[in-house]
Amino acid sequence: MKLKQVSEILHAKVLTKAPWEDLEVQSACGCDLMSDVLAFVKNQALLLTGLVNPQVIRTCEMMDIKTVVFVRGKVPQAPVLELAEDMGITIMTTDFPLYIACGELYKNGLGGRGE
Amino acid sequence: MAEKTINLHYTIDGNNFTTAGQASSNIKKVLKQLGVYPEAIRKAAISMYEGEINTIIHGKGGEANVAISPETITIVFTDNGPGISDIDKAMQEGFSTATDEARELGFGAGMGLPNMKKYSDSMTIESQVGKGTTVTMIIKLN
Repeated sequence: MKLKQVSEILHAKVLTKAPWEDLEVQSACGCDLMSDVLAFVKNQALLLTGLVNPQVIRTCEMMDIKTVVFVRGKVPQAPVLELAEDMGITIMTTDFPLYIACGELYKNGLGGRGE
Repeated sequence: MAEKTINLHYTIDGNNFTTAGQASSNIKKVLKQLGVYPEAIRKAAISMYEGEINTIIHGKGGEANVAISPETITIVFTDNGPGISDIDKAMQEGFSTATDEARELGFGAGMGLPNMKKYSDSMTIESQVGKGTTVTMIIKLN
C-alpha cells in the first residue's frame, strides 16, 4: 500500500519533509512495546504507536521500518522529528486511536505479515 | 566484510535514555559500510540495541566492546550495576525488574534478554550480585 493511501484512510497529517506519497509498505504493526517490535516485525512494515519518544525512532532504525504513524493525535517533539528526518523515516499523526487506526488499514487490505 | 578484526568501543551513559541507541546506530552503519549481509546486520543491530537499553536500565551505564572479524561479530556489554541474582529467571520472557521510566519508553517488559538470545548465535551471561554483569553475544557471518 502506498503511503498516500495510508494517509487518506487515516486522515493523517505528515510531519516530516522528505517526499513520501509514493513510498510503499507491505505490512503494519500496532504496538507500544518496542521490545515486541524488535522481536516480531518483518521488513517494509509500518509502525502504529502511541509512544512518542526517541526510542521509537531508534527501534525503527534497527528494524528498517521507514514509516511511523502516531495515534490519538500525538505529535512528537522537534528532536524526535529531526532524528526521524536523519534516518529517512516518514512520520504521520492521526486522530484515530490505535485499535481503530489498525482496523481501518487492515480493512483496506494492509495485512499484518506482508501478505 | 572486514579483512581483519575491527575493534570498537562505546561508553554507555546510564543516566540518559534519550541517547540510548547511538552505539547500535553506529554499529549498524559500520556493518553496512563493510558490506556485511543484511540479515547479520539486522541480528547485530537488534542484539546490540537491546543490550544498550539493558545496560542503561539495569546496569546504570557501562561499556560495549564490539569486535568485527571476517567470521563473527562479538558484542560484549559490561556494567557495574547490581548484578543478576537468578539468571535463569531473568531469561524468562515477561520477567522484569525494570523501572516505570523504562516501561514508559516501551521497554522493561521482560523481553530484552530473550530477544538478545534469539538474535545472537550464542550468548553468555556472567554476573555477580553487587558487582556487575557481562553479557557476550556472538553473531556468525558465514
